Amino acid sequence: MPLSAERVEQRLRERFPEVAFERQVGEAVRDHTLALPTSALVDVCTFLRDDPELDFAMLSWVGGVDRLPRVPRFEVVYSLLSLSQNLRFTLKVHVTEEQPRVPSVVGVWPTANWHERETFDFYGIEFTGHPDLTRILLPEDWIGWPLRKDSPLGYEEVAFTHNTPDRIVPSPELKKLAPKKVRYRAQ
Amino acid sequence: MRSETMTLNMGPQHPSTHGVLRVALELDGETVLRAKPIIGYLHTGMEKQAEYKTYTQSIPQTDRMDYLSPLSNNLSFCLAAEKLLGIEPPARVQAIRVLLTELTRISAHCVWMGTHAIDIGAITVFWYCFREREKVLSIYDMVAGARLTSSYFRVGGLAMDIPDGLLARCEKFVDEMPAHIDEYEKLLSRNPIWLARTQGVAPLSAKDAIAWGVTGPSLRGSGVAFDLRKAQPYSGYEHYDFDVPVGVSGGDAYDRYLVRVAEMRQSVRIAKQAIGRIRDMGERGAYRVRDFKYVLPPKEEVKTSMEALIHHFKIVAHGFFPPVGEAYAAVEAPKGELGFYFISDGSARPWRMKVRSPSFVNLQALPLMVEGKLVADVIAAIGSIDIVLGEIDR
Repeated sequence: MPLSAERVEQRLRERFPEVAFERQVGEAVRDHTLALPTSALVDVCTFLRDDPELDFAMLSWVGGVDRLPRVPRFEVVYSLLSLSQNLRFTLKVHVTEEQPRVPSVVGVWPTANWHERETFDFYGIEFTGHPDLTRILLPEDWIGWPLRKDSPLGYEEVAFTHNTPDRIVPSPELKKLAPKKVRYRAQ
Repeated sequence: MRSETMTLNMGPQHPSTHGVLRVALELDGETVLRAKPIIGYLHTGMEKQAEYKTYTQSIPQTDRMDYLSPLSNNLSFCLAAEKLLGIEPPARVQAIRVLLTELTRISAHCVWMGTHAIDIGAITVFWYCFREREKVLSIYDMVAGARLTSSYFRVGGLAMDIPDGLLARCEKFVDEMPAHIDEYEKLLSRNPIWLARTQGVAPLSAKDAIAWGVTGPSLRGSGVAFDLRKAQPYSGYEHYDFDVPVGVSGGDAYDRYLVRVAEMRQSVRIAKQAIGRIRDMGERGAYRVRDFKYVLPPKEEVKTSMEALIHHFKIVAHGFFPPVGEAYAAVEAPKGELGFYFISDGSARPWRMKVRSPSFVNLQALPLMVEGKLVADVIAAIGSIDIVLGEIDR
């Protein structure tokens, strides 16, 4: 019988009775998603990878989500793939705004390295134990976390322009949205 | 005698990095001690921008990710949105999508082969490959009116029906293509210089490939027969007859070359079957779901029916409203697993769009392939992974 996501959840609950797993429910949650506390993340991931029945040898991707104004504010999503069982399974951890810290799973799947750097880059979520937690897609000196919902889409003050002043002054509402000198530390 | 290592920046402006990639190399003479890819030069914040656009407005963005295979990106995006909505397009649409994405795979592999060969000195191949790629681009032009940024698929179907004469043209192309692939193979497969530059170069074991999340031809080159079209069929791939080629000699650059060449032949096979399926279902026919909460109603109905006019207005003004939830869907793009993850808060714009791009993940395995090897092999390794920086940086 092929492995089902329900069976994976059952195995996890049996193996880790002390961990508070929470199945994500909703009208259109299309993939079987299990939320768990950050403290158990690395142990659960190691088990999922090493158990011969489950065999989640591949971590497909990791991504952050900002749920502002919900509390806790952030989520980190892990999409796992078992090649031998041909099954995907999604894990999710909730992260608070005050302590945006998640243990790194680079030790479990080395591919997590860049995915975690990207999540750090976009959301400012720190992955403890990550070997090289630096910005990856944005410039090193970028200030702020661009994919957070309170980060404006654009309208930052430009460093240099040929436009006439009346064309570059944004409306008062936009000015309120954009922090000054959002772009570079220099100047 | 004092000796020290040298740090060399390969790129960001370097012809063989296929875009703006920088690789910081620590060299001991000709030997690479450490390699560190540095990316982000083409970052345009597509994931952020998508949060401010309706779903349909984001489709043109996806063309610009892996700009060598725009229709595969469109397909992945549409499948994820359709999964979120819980709709499935008609079988005819699925066959058209399969036909066009397989042609896309052929054209993407043509670009890969041409540029990979030119990188390591075989200039002639490039002209042959681009000749065939041009034919695919004119097919794009025919269906969508654009050669590169096609944006032809829509959530729930296609932008418009396929034009007259398209199938005949595709058929001519797939009938001619096997002879052209033979031509490429004549130039490379047993060419002693090509063998010397690729055999045993940039090896990647199956175990490492899986641990580093490598997918697509690079994973299959390492001997793992995992193809999403077979393993988790989408768009009706379960109805097509094709093989999954794998590498047999330890996952070197030559293995990846052979896998891609074999994949082009398989794509021709699939495309032929898709043409037959479309013919069976009619050269003209349904090209969208008939649920006008999600897609535009046909123009003739808009002119005659009040209800269709209202739907037209609602779709143009607001877009569609997916239910609250989340969905991830992936396709086997020419470069590997390309997936989109949507979180919807019930509004017409995605709360979060995450792109799982194959090049981003596959490039991470570059240091594994080149450390301890010669600096000239770095070029061969980059070419053999087949990356597109537009997709890595997004």
